[in-house]
Amino acid sequence: MTLPDAPSTHALPGPATRVTTEPILRLERVGKTYSTGAVTVEALRGVDLSVEAGEFVSISGPSGSGKSTLMHIIGCLDVPTTGTYRLTGEDVSRMREDQLAEIRNRRIGFVFQQFNLLPTMSAWRNVELPLVYGGVPRAERRQRALEALAKVGLADRVDHRPGELSGGQQQRVSVARALVTDPQLILADEPTGNLDSRSTEDVLNLFSDLHGQGRTIVLITHEADVAARARRATVMRDGVLSAAEGAVA
Amino acid sequence: MTWLETLWTAVDAIRTRRMRSALTMLGILIGIAAVMLTVGLGQGAQQSVAAQIDKLGSNLLIVSAGSTTSLSGLRGGRGSATTLTAADAAMLGDREVAPDIAAVAPSSQTSSTLVGNGTNWTTSVIGSTPSWLSVRARSIASGRFFTTQELNTSEPVVVLGAETASDIFGARGAVGQSVTIGSQPFTVIGVLATVGSTVGGDQDDLAIVPMTTYAASISPSSGTSVSSIYLEARSSARLSAAYQEADNALLTAHGVNATTADFSLNSQQSIVATATTTARTLTVLLAGIAAISLLVGGIGVMNIMLVSVTERIREIGLRKALGATPGAILRQFLTEASLLGVAGGLLGIALGVVGAMVLPSVLRQPVTVSTTAALAALVISLVIGIVAGVYPATRAARLSPIDALRSE
Ligand SMILES: Nc1ncnc2c1ncn2[C@@H]1O[C@H](COP(=O)(O)OP(=O)(O)OP(=O)(O)O)[C@@H](O)[C@H]1O
Ligand SMILES: [Mg+2]
Repeated sequence: MTLPDAPSTHALPGPATRVTTEPILRLERVGKTYSTGAVTVEALRGVDLSVEAGEFVSISGPSGSGKSTLMHIIGCLDVPTTGTYRLTGEDVSRMREDQLAEIRNRRIGFVFQQFNLLPTMSAWRNVELPLVYGGVPRAERRQRALEALAKVGLADRVDHRPGELSGGQQQRVSVARALVTDPQLILADEPTGNLDSRSTEDVLNLFSDLHGQGRTIVLITHEADVAARARRATVMRDGVLSAAEGAVA
Repeated sequence: MTWLETLWTAVDAIRTRRMRSALTMLGILIGIAAVMLTVGLGQGAQQSVAAQIDKLGSNLLIVSAGSTTSLSGLRGGRGSATTLTAADAAMLGDREVAPDIAAVAPSSQTSSTLVGNGTNWTTSVIGSTPSWLSVRARSIASGRFFTTQELNTSEPVVVLGAETASDIFGARGAVGQSVTIGSQPFTVIGVLATVGSTVGGDQDDLAIVPMTTYAASISPSSGTSVSSIYLEARSSARLSAAYQEADNALLTAHGVNATTADFSLNSQQSIVATATTTARTLTVLLAGIAAISLLVGGIGVMNIMLVSVTERIREIGLRKALGATPGAILRQFLTEASLLGVAGGLLGIALGVVGAMVLPSVLRQPVTVSTTAALAALVISLVIGIVAGVYPATRAARLSPIDALRSE
């Protein structure tokens, strides 16, 4: 429902279930410029985006258009060069490194395109990792990690290392890791990019379920049918975000 | 993240890279063991030197002939000159001249072969007076020492060191047996109790005869000259007074001054001091070399931690993305480096202790390992670990999560 030229549209009625006034995330004219030596790349050129709690937003667009860059900014892994980013009303650019770490830990679950699992640790140890940094006691951590793995259908693979799992299973482990802290916001950067159709289906069903449970999801994807699952589809082109044609706003 | 969690994470990381961690620890291990053993050897040497010199006798002063720079600028070895005589000894024994000297034992010595019980045994033969026994703080194990009467009449009697006696006569009693020294037959009248000291020659392998007999039949050329005079002060408190008296009396009697003195006077303490200083210098030198190996071990830890940070850059990025604060990452790598240091240190201490038990039988040198030294070694290895870890850990903590995640 957010249009690049109309950042205030977040206040308009969205899906009928929602009554929140403050969007969970709100970007205003966010720009990101990378300078590598003499070359400067404008990866984002004034992105406006506002996502309400409980929304399922997809971002698609050609390679190199700036999707991952945007996702990293939303996930507090990177900071914008220009513009402001508010997470539940708070200006992220004003935060110290420690506060950002806490936000990443408690409020955001990130699913990476390349899984990013630690190869030396078993599935459940990978899943409990965010809880370690969240200061959750050991026994509770294991309990919650096992629950999260059960949710993604890997209850029988908890002691396997990533190398002993298929690509789809690894991606599900990383989804479990994103879920384990029970975050407000789940960000997924091409979570099905490396998967076959069967695994893609599994992972996408997972996201649909999570959305059904009321979680806010932002998902990057190349594939149109994946984008179609989202309640709201957006497209990134040359660092500018716009609503997808024919999408329900 | 609690310290315990950090510790377990570090232990995990070390266990995952077993071979590399072991090699890294080896550097610290060898360094710590080397420092401990060299310091232990040095301390052991110092203590044994001090203990052995103590056995020479308490409150002891030794006058040696020659030794100081002569007028011609030549330096004679201690006892090599013939500037001390029995008359000097008699003078020092005079209460009027030296009231703080309790006993005087002039002594000459030469190497000679003893023949007895079908055995030839070469040892040092000493000519002295009955006071030798008390001045040198020795005692008799069997038989008796010679008397003033026997001294005055140049009796051919001999007292043997414990080792000499058993080497010539074996388990059979030596007392009452006969030995030939030079061409003169002597009667063994006593055997000394063992002391186990080797300072100034093996103190258990010697033969001692009355001074007069020595001059008459063993070393006729020496005449009335003696190689050294042992003096016993009345008490340790009177030692420096006795030193002054002996020094003044001999300077006056020989008509020389301190710079032209034809004798040297040493207290037992000064001998201990010189010997332990030498041992200490050696210790410091060896420990210095060992410390360098420890430093190299520390550089090894730093190197491996730097490699580890570079190699695990994606892991660091991921941990940060999942909520690790820069402080948590810093602590993780510092803990890892300190653990490598401490583990290496502990193993080094273990090796040091084993070495300290094995080495003495190989080197015939005592090795002292003190708890203080072990604790110091542990602290040093911890400090090395931390110092070596600071730079790599800071680098890891400063990484931006996204740069770290992106790197391949
Ligand atoms: N660290 C960086 N330094 C310099 N340029 C960068 C950096 N990261 C991204 N870029 C550039 O920014 C632009 C956007 O990159 P981004 O990764 O956001 O694209 P994307 O839309 O995710 O592409 P894809 O679909 O292939 O993943 C690209 O032109 C890329 O080369
Ligand atoms: Mg991308």
